[in-house]
Amino acid sequence: MKTTSATEAQRHRGNTMQDKTLRGVLALALVAALLPAPAGAQSSSVTVIQNGTILTVTKGTIEKGSILIRDGKIAEVGKNIKTPAGATVIDASGMYVTPGLIDCHSHIAIEGSVNEGSVAVSSMVAVADVLDPTDIDIYRELAGGTTTSNVLHGSANPIGGLNAVIKHRWGKGAKELLFEGAPPGIKFALGENPKRSNFRPPAGFPQRYPNTRMGVMDVIRQAFIEAREYKKSWDAYNKRVAAGEKSAIPPRRNLKLEPLVEVLEGKRYVHSHGYRADELRQLLLLAEGFGFKVRTFQHVLEGYKIAKEMAMHGVGGSTFSDWWAYKNEAYDAIPYNAAIMTKYGVVVSINSDSAEEARHLNQEAAKTMKYGGLTATEALKLVTINPAIQLGIDKRVGSIEAGKDADLVIWDKHPLSVYAVAQKSLIDGAVYFDRKKDIEQRAEIAKEKKALLEKEKKPAEPAKKESGPGRPPGAAGKAPEKKPAEAKKPPMNAAGGAR
Amino acid sequence: MVHRSVRRAWSGIVAAALIAAMAVGPLGVPVARAQARGIEPPYFAIQGAKIVTVSGGVIENGTVVVAHGLIAAVGADAKIPPEAWVIDGKGLTVYPGLIDAMTDVGLPAAPPGPPGAGGPAAAMQQAAQQQQRPSMGPEDRPGTTPWRAAADELQPAERRIEQWRNAGFTTVLCAPKTGIFPGQGAVIDLAGERPGEMVVKTPATLHITLQQPGGFFGFPGSLFGVIAYIKQIFLDAAQARAVEEIYNVSPKGVERLDYDRATRVLNGALRANRPVLFPATTPTQIVRALELNEQLKTNMVLYGAQQGYEPAAASAIAAKKVPVLVSLKWPEKDKDADPDAEEPLRTLRFRDKAPSTPAALEKAGVKFAFYSDGIANPKDILKNAKKAIDAGLKAESALRAFTLGAAEILGVADRLGSIEAGKIANLVVTDGDLFGDKMRVKYVFVDGRKFDVKEQAPPPGGAGAAPPVKMAGKWSLNVVTPDGDQPATADLTQAVDGTLSGTITTTFGTSTITKGSVTSNQFTFTFPLDIGQGPGDVTMSGTVEGNTLKGTASAFGQTFELTGTKPGSGQSEAEEVRR
Repeated sequence: MKTTSATEAQRHRGNTMQDKTLRGVLALALVAALLPAPAGAQSSSVTVIQNGTILTVTKGTIEKGSILIRDGKIAEVGKNIKTPAGATVIDASGMYVTPGLIDCHSHIAIEGSVNEGSVAVSSMVAVADVLDPTDIDIYRELAGGTTTSNVLHGSANPIGGLNAVIKHRWGKGAKELLFEGAPPGIKFALGENPKRSNFRPPAGFPQRYPNTRMGVMDVIRQAFIEAREYKKSWDAYNKRVAAGEKSAIPPRRNLKLEPLVEVLEGKRYVHSHGYRADELRQLLLLAEGFGFKVRTFQHVLEGYKIAKEMAMHGVGGSTFSDWWAYKNEAYDAIPYNAAIMTKYGVVVSINSDSAEEARHLNQEAAKTMKYGGLTATEALKLVTINPAIQLGIDKRVGSIEAGKDADLVIWDKHPLSVYAVAQKSLIDGAVYFDRKKDIEQRAEIAKEKKALLEKEKKPAEPAKKESGPGRPPGAAGKAPEKKPAEAKKPPMNAAGGAR
Repeated sequence: MVHRSVRRAWSGIVAAALIAAMAVGPLGVPVARAQARGIEPPYFAIQGAKIVTVSGGVIENGTVVVAHGLIAAVGADAKIPPEAWVIDGKGLTVYPGLIDAMTDVGLPAAPPGPPGAGGPAAAMQQAAQQQQRPSMGPEDRPGTTPWRAAADELQPAERRIEQWRNAGFTTVLCAPKTGIFPGQGAVIDLAGERPGEMVVKTPATLHITLQQPGGFFGFPGSLFGVIAYIKQIFLDAAQARAVEEIYNVSPKGVERLDYDRATRVLNGALRANRPVLFPATTPTQIVRALELNEQLKTNMVLYGAQQGYEPAAASAIAAKKVPVLVSLKWPEKDKDADPDAEEPLRTLRFRDKAPSTPAALEKAGVKFAFYSDGIANPKDILKNAKKAIDAGLKAESALRAFTLGAAEILGVADRLGSIEAGKIANLVVTDGDLFGDKMRVKYVFVDGRKFDVKEQAPPPGGAGAAPPVKMAGKWSLNVVTPDGDQPATADLTQAVDGTLSGTITTTFGTSTITKGSVTSNQFTFTFPLDIGQGPGDVTMSGTVEGNTLKGTASAFGQTFELTGTKPGSGQSEAEEVRR
């Protein structure tokens, strides 16, 4: 088991500057930044993946099977599929095909801080407002087979911001990353982080309320009381308007309370960060008191202590495979947590909470076979169909079934083996990561980089012959029409984020 | 600092000379307005010049007549009134006065901070000093001062006004910079004794930034927090409008709305369809801003936009028909960056391609103008525009972006931006093509007032101070420490610019000087020394008088008295003679 206090501390501080700088240095980043957007994205063409071992997750394993993809959807899965004329054929002989992996806890692709840490309730902020489709982690995680991520606000607040479920459609714009129709959600957080245990404001700034676990619950309760009043005021207003009253004053729209009303109405999922069994249990009671459900517990390292209660409430558990002891509230963790919760009937997923870990979620899932004795299929479910259920997108993704999105990963070895390397990752039937092409392009990218560096070092090109004082600037048609220095069309987004 | 004050003094002399020059010029019909502005004729004629009108083509050999602050006539045969002061324009080119489409030139400069100030830490410190309680939500209206009008805060003596004018700029959009809603911009002309004379239009614009005034401790302290705040305050503005409508019909029985200075200004801007300036650089930020505006419904103008060369960006802007102010402060490699750190290709590409943004915007049919952003020396503004021309922008389009294009975006094209009869007489007269390397600004006219621009030679020998004394040679030094006198010898070499190098020999061995300089008779140099407590730096500084020096030596947190003599000075000269 590993301890990763530094990583954990950093992620909750929302201080991603440092590791982003580090990331920038990694060679793969440079390579990946330049890959052109997949040509076939959104194509209406037909693709067949042939002759692979298909791990459908929900419908067993098919040896030497094929998958027919039409218009981005899985049309057929089976042993005897006819390849339509003109179809693109991907040979998966000796390879394994799984659904694209789903990460139920991610902080990638966010421009700026992942926390609005100033206030205890930051439900007015939305990850969808600041998605950065040029974040290299989107691509790197594709290279590890992750195709969908639940991008969450940080854990600085009892009630945090709104999440965004994204598909890793590298090369597309921010809006096109969004998983269409995914139910909206919100981040909550309990324990050390929202009570700012490891966080002191500088002189001159007051300590933010709350400072205790009791205070955390109080903040959440107060927020929902406020939300309930807010809803009442709108209901009353709408009633007056419906009754034909013209001088009814509309209540002020409040972006902080609107999402909480949606939670009360069951229209928005609560994804709550938390570690200790007592406070997780408290949140369930609080939610039940207000008549809403908590959709998932995130981290939930002590979930094994309250697995029965979790199953009764219907809350999912999204946990780490074997991270522990990186802070006070993470000491009671056991690597059997995922397996025990699973055996009590909780829908369990293994998440990353880390751009690095999200590149090998398959290995993280595989650890549950050693710790807890899950079967290969049960283990695979932890990073495919289960997180899909937790995010309410299981009708679209999470398994290989006819009618679902063609979000697929082709592996050279069984994906639960540490030796497995993703060869191709597809989303909506389009190849967004191709290991062979990635390697092929590295030389070209290195060359371009070298050329740009050399160009920059050279003193500016000798100035063009200066037009005499008698010549107007750019007298029509006479201006030297210089083509932009580069003839090559740059791949999209190459110069993306200004970070 | 020395440099700056010397320059200021120097420009004062120029100004005095200018007034003198005007005084001897032919005096015209006295006009109250012109008189109020000083001693100058109300009529000028620039004769026989090339005139680039921007709106009506180029007149190869024409005349511009200026009267009472306005352009009276322009053309090949424009009639020169007998009372006009005639300027021979032979070999010169007349352009409309240039417009810097967004800056704070004209406002008092921010208090100078330590180098590298402006980071989150500084912002935090500032917030701690300025307010007792950090903002705890949108209701506290963080960083929100839209009622501030640049026109009300102008300082006619602000030193950059003259610098900008000398570089050919007659007009700027001047706006406060600090906060999420820093205030309202004013289109101002860069001349005038009193603020009121300078203002062409106010309020001209409403400004938005994505600054995060809260740091981690006040709201908003994140990008999504700022965006949420902007959404909320526009919702609040809409609420205020809705309630006002009901309340104004019949206040009886209606709860009154709180007075909110901020939303009042926002609503004023929305009602007037005033340009609302919003920042965006990358394609993602550009699309984000445009989408946000679907909710805000402002007359948005984007600023920054340096990745407009990306097809996704240019086409998105074109589709929304949103004008753009392109920052001419092209990205540069951070001078303090780790030289060994490998830069991502996307950074290299950004630096390479940013100047091609204006050409790409033009191709996409986007209206754009230029602004100086953080450029400190106004001469670099045109130099940087030249880079855009080298990257494919037509020179005439660059000129348009500096003149009529900017005037259109800022809503003053009916009075500024081109050389047309009836427009404000803002002109720049150059020797050479505006974007040429050898271009020199000869005259600038602002509101019909003539300013001669003299080429400012850099003050000789470092800011006009006395040249550095010669310190090269061998010195015997003595440092007085509590443990007794510490002798040392220095062997110094001095470069023409005053840089010192060489070696120092102490009882602990010989060290090489890492940094040193002489300015006038003041010297300072630093060298490493290990006195057995780990290596540290020693800095010696002081004053040289002939063959002696006096000063201090600072090391390991302590400062000691330093004296020195140059015993061999005569000898070394003699040696040189012998050779």
